[in-house]
Amino acid sequence: MTQLIVFNVFNGLIVGAFYALMALGLSLILNLSGVINFAHGGFMALGAYIAYSLMPYTGFWGALVVAPFLTAILGLAVERVLIRRLYGRDPLYSLLLTFGLAYIFEDGTRFIWGAQSVPYQVPAILTTPLSTQFFFLTGYRVFMVALVAIAVVALFLILSRTRLGMRIRAGTLDLETVSALGVNVRVLRNLNFGLGIFLAGLAGVLAAGLLGLQPTIGTSLIMPSFVAIIVGGLGSLPGTLLGGLLIGIASGIATVYLPSATEAIMYVMMGVVLLIRPRGLLGEEGRMH
Amino acid sequence: MSGTDRRLTLAGIWIVLLAMPFWLPYLGGYTELGSRVLVMALAAMALNFLLGFTGVLSFGHAAYFGLGAYAAGMTIKYLLPSSIAGILMGVIVGTLAAMLIGALIVKLRGVYFAMVTIAFGQVFYFITFRWNDVTGGDDGLTGWQRQPIDLGFTKIDILGNDKAFYYLVLVFFALATGAMALILRSPFGRTLLAIRENERRARFLGIPIERHIWLSFVISCFFASLAGALYALLNNFTDPRALRWDLSGNFVIMAVLGGMRSFWGPLIGAAIFVVLQDYVSSQTENWMSFIGLFFVLVVLFFPRGILGIFRRRTAS
Amino acid sequence: MSRDDKPGTIRRRTLIKGAAAAGALQFASPFILKASAADTVKIGLCNPLTGTYAAVGKNEMIGCQLAIEQMNGKGGILGKQAELLVEDSTSGDAGTAVQKSRKLIERDGINFLLGNVNSALALAMAQVSNEKGVLHIVPGGHTDAITGATCHWNVFRVCNTTQMEANAVAGQLISKMGKKWYYITPDYAFGHTLQAGLEKACTKLGGEKVGADLTPLGTTDFSSYLIKAQSANPDIIIFLTQGDDMVNALKQAVQFGLDKRVHLAGAQQELEPLEGLPPEARIGTWVFEWYWNQPNVPHVAEFVDAIKKKTGRVPTARTWFGFVSTWSCALAAQAANSLEGAKVAKALEGMKLPPEIGLMPDQPFFRAGDHQLIGDLFVGNAQAQGKMDDDFFNVTEIVKGTDAAVSVEETGCKLTWPA
Repeated sequence: MTQLIVFNVFNGLIVGAFYALMALGLSLILNLSGVINFAHGGFMALGAYIAYSLMPYTGFWGALVVAPFLTAILGLAVERVLIRRLYGRDPLYSLLLTFGLAYIFEDGTRFIWGAQSVPYQVPAILTTPLSTQFFFLTGYRVFMVALVAIAVVALFLILSRTRLGMRIRAGTLDLETVSALGVNVRVLRNLNFGLGIFLAGLAGVLAAGLLGLQPTIGTSLIMPSFVAIIVGGLGSLPGTLLGGLLIGIASGIATVYLPSATEAIMYVMMGVVLLIRPRGLLGEEGRMH
Repeated sequence: MSGTDRRLTLAGIWIVLLAMPFWLPYLGGYTELGSRVLVMALAAMALNFLLGFTGVLSFGHAAYFGLGAYAAGMTIKYLLPSSIAGILMGVIVGTLAAMLIGALIVKLRGVYFAMVTIAFGQVFYFITFRWNDVTGGDDGLTGWQRQPIDLGFTKIDILGNDKAFYYLVLVFFALATGAMALILRSPFGRTLLAIRENERRARFLGIPIERHIWLSFVISCFFASLAGALYALLNNFTDPRALRWDLSGNFVIMAVLGGMRSFWGPLIGAAIFVVLQDYVSSQTENWMSFIGLFFVLVVLFFPRGILGIFRRRTAS
Repeated sequence: MSRDDKPGTIRRRTLIKGAAAAGALQFASPFILKASAADTVKIGLCNPLTGTYAAVGKNEMIGCQLAIEQMNGKGGILGKQAELLVEDSTSGDAGTAVQKSRKLIERDGINFLLGNVNSALALAMAQVSNEKGVLHIVPGGHTDAITGATCHWNVFRVCNTTQMEANAVAGQLISKMGKKWYYITPDYAFGHTLQAGLEKACTKLGGEKVGADLTPLGTTDFSSYLIKAQSANPDIIIFLTQGDDMVNALKQAVQFGLDKRVHLAGAQQELEPLEGLPPEARIGTWVFEWYWNQPNVPHVAEFVDAIKKKTGRVPTARTWFGFVSTWSCALAAQAANSLEGAKVAKALEGMKLPPEIGLMPDQPFFRAGDHQLIGDLFVGNAQAQGKMDDDFFNVTEIVKGTDAAVSVEETGCKLTWPA
């Protein structure tokens, strides 16, 4: 029994890392611009499909590097053309807009690549288990965790060491003052959005190796991202990271004791957090409005 | 709008609705479509009570809609083969859930409130999905039908007769909108408007904001679950997708499309959206792109909705 | 707001209003009923073309379209041309499917109704078609109830019941792979009945169940279930998941190297998920309801070519379901010499499909007691690559439907005909 639990905790960390990657992108956009990006799953799916299409030309590794950037460029364009107009308005409108975009993305991917699942090839070296005992630690999953870790570290470095990052952090606290200090807020929001979408694209490429690749791949991962943000703390990136990991581990443990609650557990956690500490585990005060 | 104008509009709306089963087929519609429009309109208006009149964004109203649907269906299937009992249970269950959840989330605002409503919507979706033995899970709740209504002196066959069912829905619609209008016109309703306009100022005036928002939320979900119960009766069927966030999104777009600041706006929005979706999905497989595009265009160019355009014209 | 008082803004508003009015007119016109060609026989298909079931739903539609082309080439149904009216039931809420069925029946006046891939929607639609007395054929909805507990006189079904599939494949699983089975079952009626059917067949042959897990539909990560399955030390891990869930589960199972430690198998399998898997994950023993590579059966090659011409890919079992369903409408109408619901339904009972439509070693027929089509089932192994493109399944045994099917009493179906 203990072995089962240990396995599942490890596995839960892997799954949680993936949730965290998705949720971080969403959180970045939410914190600075106040936009709930319903299309986040759609961008993720696009990232995966773009990687799939690139593979014959660039191979697996090339696609892995290039696809998130291409997705991010698309994100920059979407922000510039559509979302930018909605900042002054009620958050309702950006929600509806991204909602409509999610529809368009899903239908678009179905139109271009077909409703059928498409096979995504991962190089053989990655798809072998690293040990017979810990068979679920395949090369690919470990690679994925490593990549997520690198991405998270890179994100935090950008946020803490670069000027852009500093401005983003300042902006999440008080955008008006940042603007008054002469920072071009438009560009800032644009780049921040692109950064968030980059993470979504990366998550997509990673997911494609793990799951079947079909147009609805994005929609199933949106909810855990939301819950990760709520549990981890609104307005806090470390909180989102923590939230994602917690959800992953909780799901893993639930599978051992109460398999039917594997999904429910994250909603229960959310309910408990809201009851006891509405701003989330690492959330900041005054962030709720 | 002046008093007579208002009364004329009201009369006009009701005449159109009363006669719908008769003029709709000439436009290529069918009575069931009309019933569907009414049910969706009720749900959208219920949402608008919270969204347009209190200024609080809920993106998870499908949860209460769906709860009403399931409660109604399960009542008829397991407890009592009576349509009225089904509707009653639907409303009770939905409202109770709203009271509970409302209490949990009332401290949040803005996007965070919206996110949490979405998440709770998913919780209920998930429960109906997984609790197979009771709810039928993914296969939905089948094996039951709306029962004829026994009024003692006569039996109204709402099962076989589409028109009879349409009028039943219309009766509930009338009662519900009447109640909503009364509430909005009362001092409580005025307070809600004040909260919408400027929450901080309202707080400074000593108004207990959280309690008002909670009440508004509960009332809104009360009507939404009524719509859901009627929806279940309409289809003789309900399934977990009646609880999903895309349906919630549809309600919001109906309210926005028709005009959030107007009482009847969501009715127009619902009519357009239901008919549009019905039409577009028959014409092309890629209807999702068109509906998505529609959302985008409404948000960018018609944020005040259709009635918003007219209102602006009369105002200027 | 003073901005709106500027002339430019007002003009833009007027423009927008004008565009809206023009747009509204566009929408109004289709509603004015076109004088529909009254001289066609209309077959209505209400199937998912978007969402989770889009891939299989569309394949069924393609089969229907081919059937319509073929029958019109031969003079149509009872001398009139046949027309296929397609409505997307979406993979969304059932209200849409019910509403579209009503629309097809009431407004468009279809003579026959086909659908739905989703068992729940099929049941809901059956209630509507039964109410209106329209012949309803379910091409690919698998829940046993359709020709079982909730069978109706006007409803027929082409694809197999879960019990039939279980009976067909259980033999090979026990004899070739082992007696200890662990089930990974999707948590909905189809999964439950399929598991129940397999458990029954398994115990009859001396096997045992060492464990089972119910996975929610749409599960993306099966790792925890696979970990549990592995630790129970079974001979076979039985995957009953379908569609995207199947792709995810198999992909992950192979990534974990489980295929080298235990046997992987299941019951129902289709070409669509196999096409979505990377070659190394195309493994396992399964049962197909129809397969395109049947070199010794006449007419199959023509069907395959016709579909290849239409879509560039080989037909799947789903294509065949749609094809058979549509042709059955024509055959029934011809046999009854009428389009009236009760007469065609009576004519369809017991009907044997001609070889160009049956496309199987044995001749499929609609059983009179429960309206279930009884044909052949194809048991075999998935393979990374066959000799031809898209040959991902190697058929090792053909099980006769008559052997695999249970008796009508066991299905629980009691048909009551209208007075």
